[in-house]
Parts: sequence; structure tokens; C-alpha cells
Amino acid sequence: MEQPNQSYINNLSGDDKVFKQKLIDVIKKEFPEEKQVYFDYLNAKNYKRAADSVHKLKHKISILGLEKSYDVAVSYEENLLEGSTDQKEAFESILQIITEYIVEI
Amino acid sequence: MNCIIIDDEATARMIISQLCSNVPSLNVLEAFPNAIQAIKYLNQNHIDLIFLDIHMPDFTGFDFIETLKNPPKIILTTSDPNFAIQAFEYDCIVDYLVKPILQKRFDKAIQKAEAKVSKVLKDASAKAEKVEVTSGNDLYVNIDRRLIKIDIPSIYLIEAKGDYIQVKTEHKNYTVHSTLKKIEIKLPKDLFLKIHRSYIINVQKIIDIEDNSVLIKKDVVPVSRSNRPELMKRLNLL
Repeated sequence: MEQPNQSYINNLSGDDKVFKQKLIDVIKKEFPEEKQVYFDYLNAKNYKRAADSVHKLKHKISILGLEKSYDVAVSYEENLLEGSTDQKEAFESILQIITEYIVEI
Repeated sequence: MNCIIIDDEATARMIISQLCSNVPSLNVLEAFPNAIQAIKYLNQNHIDLIFLDIHMPDFTGFDFIETLKNPPKIILTTSDPNFAIQAFEYDCIVDYLVKPILQKRFDKAIQKAEAKVSKVLKDASAKAEKVEVTSGNDLYVNIDRRLIKIDIPSIYLIEAKGDYIQVKTEHKNYTVHSTLKKIEIKLPKDLFLKIHRSYIINVQKIIDIEDNSVLIKKDVVPVSRSNRPELMKRLNLL
């Protein structure tokens, strides 16, 4: 399974360690909130709003260098907009990988 | 360029601010988590450029653009490349950045925005200059090394005569070393019209029009076939 990395974050931060840490802190704070919003909408079967949440989470997925996972998220977002939960498991396993990763960084 | 950022995602706002900080010509004034707050800010502040997220809940980036009467230049930022075609239906949108945004691509978008903003400023200044020329009532012409003032509304006819033009006014006629083309751009367009390759008339001084000629004061001036439609458009016909 594809693993997150900090390639984009390092590239963006350059030598600015303060900015890098601030960005990581924001991701650490925002990601669990966005993930919770996604689960809330999914459990409420509000697939349109769940798709919006997936859309927002896509940015975090791309920031963490998860290119293949990003494609999964794109497909899942489209499925949700059509009322289908196909690829739910694949998407949620990506969320789990990110959850574990951001605890460590 | 003064700019603001509108994005409901804090991470995105931070990243765009960082990208902006690497461009000396950009000055980020504010970053908003939604478009509604930005509208209030725009009502009170002049902004050259907006970084706008399209996909925001309730009020999208496109909804936001629709509310702006005179939108500044906008660079869209989105995770969805599918909106690109819709984006370019708006004149104010200068570029479309797909997240995650790289500095190199960002810099390219800024170059485009700078070119557009400088064009807007140039056009505005040209417009102001034009108003200055047409709003003034005087025209100075160089005759025998003297600059002679002519009251523009008093001019009723200008006739090309070789390397000279004859400017006829209600009080006096002047022969000036110039061309019709040069004087035409100095005259207010709502008052003067070129009706023939050798004649410009003051439309307010027309007495009557017969076939292909105009009687203006005591002069009968030919109207060329190609200029006749424009002349007819200017007349308040019953």
C-alpha cells in the first residue's frame, strides 16, 4: 500500500522550518475534523455532502504525496455523487493510513 | 498587487500564503474561509487579485464571482480540473491552478495576472486621457510658430488641402500644417464626424442634407457613400 511522504511539504517549505511545522500542525488539526465530517455525512446517507468532504480530503491526500490514493478518492467522490458507495473501503483505508502517519510526524 | 485568498480549507489558505510570500510583487491582505466574508471586505477595499477556491459548501467560487459587479482578476484554485472550461467563460479569471500547487506553476499564473492587471491600469489611464482631450473646449494649432487657441465647438468644418488642413470656425478660418487624421483624434467624437476623405464636420452645425451633400454654414460638403450610414445614424430623424 502507498505510504504518505513529505516531499511536497519540504519542497514548499524550503529552509523555512517554522512554516513547515505550522503547516504540519494545521494538517494535524484539520484532517481529523474533515474525516469526522465525512463519516457523519456518510452515516446520515447524505452522499452529496459526503462527496464534498471527500473532495476536501483529496487535497490532504495529494499534499502527502499519495498519488494513487488520490485517484481512488476522485473515483469515490464521483460514485458518491451518483449515490453509490463503491470504493468506500479503499478510501477509508487511505484515511486510516493518513491518521496513523500524522500521529507520528 | 494587493490580493486576498478565499478557501474553506485552512491548509490551502496557508499554502497559498506561503506561495505568495515567495513573490515580492504580491501583498496578501487577508485570507477568508468563505466567500460571504470576502464580499463584505471587497465592498470596502481595493483588491487587484483574488485566489479563489471553487468548491466551497453553500456558496461556490462561481456564485461568488456572479455577485461581483466589477470583479478584480481572479486565479481559481481547486482540486477539480473539470471546471476549467467553465472557468474561462469569465473574463476576470486569469488562470486555473489545480491543487497541490507547485511554486513554478504558481509563478506562471502570477505573471499572467500581472500582465492583465497592468493592461487594466493602462486602459484606465488611456480612457482618462481621452476624456481629458474631449472634455477640454480648446485646441491649440501651430501657425507661423505661434500656438493659436481655437474654441472646439466653434469649428464647423475641417477640410484637407494637400499637406494642410483648413479649420473653419464661426469667426475665422485657419490653415494649419497637419492632417485630418491627426486633428480627428483631438476632437470629441460625439460632435465631429468624418463624412468624406477630405472633410470633417461638426454635426451640430448642419443646416440640411441633400442626396450626397451636406449644407453646413455656407459650405456644401460632399458625403462619401461609405460615410453616409454613420452620418445618418447620428441624425435625430423623425
